[in-house]
Amino acid sequence: MLQYIIRRLLYMIPVLLGVSLVIFILFNMIGGDPTAVLLGKNANARAMADLREQLGLNKSLFLQYLDVVKSAFTFDFGRSWATKQEITYMITQGAYPSLCLTIPAFVISTVLSLIISLVVAFYRGRGIDLFVRFFCIAGMSISALTYILAFQWIFAFELGWFEISGFEYGFPDFIPYIALPAIIWIILSIGPDVRFFRTVILDEIYQDYVRTARAKGLSEVTILLKHVLRNAMIPIITYVVIQIPFLILGALLLESFFGIPGLGGITLNALNSSDFPVIKAMAILSSVVYILFSLLSDILYTFADPRVKLK
Amino acid sequence: MNAPLLSVKNLTVDFHTSEGVTRAVNNISFDIPAGKTIGIVGESGSGKSVTSLAVMGLLQKPAAKIPSGEILFKGQDILKYSDSQMRDIRGNDISMIFQEPMTSLNPVFKVGDQIAETLRVHKNLSKKEAWEKAVHLMDLVGIPNPTGRAHTYPHEMSGGQKQRVMIAMAISCEPKLLIADEPTTALDVTIQKQVLDLLFRLQQEYHMSMMFITHDLGVIGDIADDVVVMYRSNVVEKNNAQTIFTGAKHPYTKGLLACRPKLGANPKRLLTVSDFMNESGEEIKIDTAKVVVYDKEVVPEKSSDILLEVKNLVTQFPIKGGFFNRTVDQFKAVNDVSFTLKKGQTLGLVGESGCGKTTLGRTILRLIEPAGGQIIYNGKDITGVYGEELRLLRRKMQIIFQDPYSSLNPRMTIAEILTEPLVIHKVGSSKQERLDMAKQLAEKVGLKVAQLNRYPHEFSGGQRQRISIARALMLRPEFVVCDESVSALDVSIQAQVLNLLLDLQDEFGLTYVFISHDLSVVNFIADEVGVMNAGRIIEMDKASRIYKNPKEEYTRMLLSAIPKGETKSAT
Repeated sequence: MLQYIIRRLLYMIPVLLGVSLVIFILFNMIGGDPTAVLLGKNANARAMADLREQLGLNKSLFLQYLDVVKSAFTFDFGRSWATKQEITYMITQGAYPSLCLTIPAFVISTVLSLIISLVVAFYRGRGIDLFVRFFCIAGMSISALTYILAFQWIFAFELGWFEISGFEYGFPDFIPYIALPAIIWIILSIGPDVRFFRTVILDEIYQDYVRTARAKGLSEVTILLKHVLRNAMIPIITYVVIQIPFLILGALLLESFFGIPGLGGITLNALNSSDFPVIKAMAILSSVVYILFSLLSDILYTFADPRVKLK
Repeated sequence: MNAPLLSVKNLTVDFHTSEGVTRAVNNISFDIPAGKTIGIVGESGSGKSVTSLAVMGLLQKPAAKIPSGEILFKGQDILKYSDSQMRDIRGNDISMIFQEPMTSLNPVFKVGDQIAETLRVHKNLSKKEAWEKAVHLMDLVGIPNPTGRAHTYPHEMSGGQKQRVMIAMAISCEPKLLIADEPTTALDVTIQKQVLDLLFRLQQEYHMSMMFITHDLGVIGDIADDVVVMYRSNVVEKNNAQTIFTGAKHPYTKGLLACRPKLGANPKRLLTVSDFMNESGEEIKIDTAKVVVYDKEVVPEKSSDILLEVKNLVTQFPIKGGFFNRTVDQFKAVNDVSFTLKKGQTLGLVGESGCGKTTLGRTILRLIEPAGGQIIYNGKDITGVYGEELRLLRRKMQIIFQDPYSSLNPRMTIAEILTEPLVIHKVGSSKQERLDMAKQLAEKVGLKVAQLNRYPHEFSGGQRQRISIARALMLRPEFVVCDESVSALDVSIQAQVLNLLLDLQDEFGLTYVFISHDLSVVNFIADEVGVMNAGRIIEMDKASRIYKNPKEEYTRMLLSAIPKGETKSAT
């Protein structure tokens, strides 16, 4: 097991090299001349040449690539072109509001979906099952923007229960700011979550070992909560853990509409202002987080399923 | 005489589906006296499993309805019991073992816990007491090192051991009645024998009644007191076992008794149920021309041309290990195997699961790469043949798999399944021509042309195996590997498919390698038999000679495991 983890962590090296190469090529091919972007209207040849020197763009392509690689492994991404801040500082600052929103929303929506799917699976084929499935589809079919605008209007503006926009650091001050986007997050994820969990649970309910459990004289509730759930957790864990990287990277849409200064907002701003170092940093960060969490999901898998052995 | 422990009276079970009502069990009655074993025999779909599920109260509601009848257990009609009353009985007074030991245990719990669970539900034992009892039960059902093995998970056990765990679970509360639904069908003959012996021993020790459900009359000969024969939802005959085996009255029972290949006799083809009765269930006279017995040793060889020669064949799978998951060792699944096979002959390969017989079959077909040795087909070494040459070779060499349920693509019609090989090998100029070829062959294997537009799930297991056979023969191969091709079928269907394979061999001059764990089947179909163990062919001879005087101890063990198809010595 430990051997497996070390080996998987070592595999990160070639993956990160590859990721930096792709990012480097993309920015050199489609990014245009960054100096022209940076200097905007006031660009002149002299200023551009100075800036090239300053940004290290005069170095050979190989050395520039090495810079990208270096930043991928040291997590030192330099400064933002737009705000002139240390990017590492920006990321740590942005991570806090992002996580304040995404973690509670994610935990609540996952637990809620699991409870709903268990109830629905228990009463499969009956009224409540059809009712919930109908609302899952309906909930998924409405655009996120509709929820955002409608909820902001009704609950924040008309009723004044929540803040419309903004963020405050520190618990519990941030609650009025994150509550509404969190509720929208939950509504948006319950639809697909319940549908997935329900399918997985029903797959298990028709297995032979469930018949054995019934033949033992166990009650339906015990069978569902003990035998079926343990087996259903195997696919559910993968599904849930693989979503976690997206939590860390923030909720692009919700953050920008609710004025939350999280990582999603930082990424969006960087894209708008062609802030290449920030975009590069976020791209590298997301691949690192993704690799780590897919490793975590593999490890959790061994706890859920005794048939899986990591070697 | 005392009242029977279980009495099924005029039981009828219907299944209500969107397509209408199907009667699964029609007005059946039988008794199980205390301490006796009743065999319920019939083919798939005859209603025998539904009957057992009705006794357990496990029929799928609301689809299953019981319009009439009673099931009296100790004098009480358990059909009238509430859900919670039934839960008290299930696993406690009446318990059950199922056909599929592979899937009947929960894969994520330790076997010890799974056995202990039943005890905790019914006997109010503490966790520790239940675990100790579970270990004791595992010892009782013959699992070595039960203290350690109780901590293992089902996937770490063999099929036979899993079935032992199921049995331990079923007897844990010392039930009055044990229902065994095809408990040995998924197992090799050798393991089948061990499990049957175990069940018989436990039944005697605990004075249980047992309801033993099987499609194979031969299996219960040794253990049943009475036999109930079911056919198409009805009980067609019930009597004590002795009478059933020596003087069966119903033609269906006679057919069941006749269709199992027997080691002593060498019939040219097997009698099947359809030789004893017609479609509407009336008895017909046996066509004596079909009962030809011949001695394989004196039958002249059909040809002297050698089609296949295998020399020192080795197939190995890497064993991975170490930090970089490198290959640290090789597992030799096929180890230095040599034989020759003449045109039109059948070589039977027998051995238990894991002996390498399937790997050998697939290596010959070049579906798995050999690690050493030579495969000489029609005088040409095909060991190193690739690309287009290999593709052409595939037309000549085909395979029929074991499981007719999973080896047909469920989303293709039978016509598509049969014509696909023609399309791949660009045989036939038009769709119509290919379809005509499919129709011709479909009729040969006993399918109706009108059925070609249907999908696999609409067919029974036997029919599906006919489809698999037709698919393998579409390209008119010379050589066919039959990999456990009849093992998943009921004995009555098995006989039909074996006859079909022989007929097709005569008609198309096919050469077979027939792989099976059942020596009686191989003895019937093969000219020559190779006994495999641990990757090697340990003994090889004419089929009849292997049976008459086996040289190896292992062969003798395989032979002794075959159900005799007789009753226990008259007591």
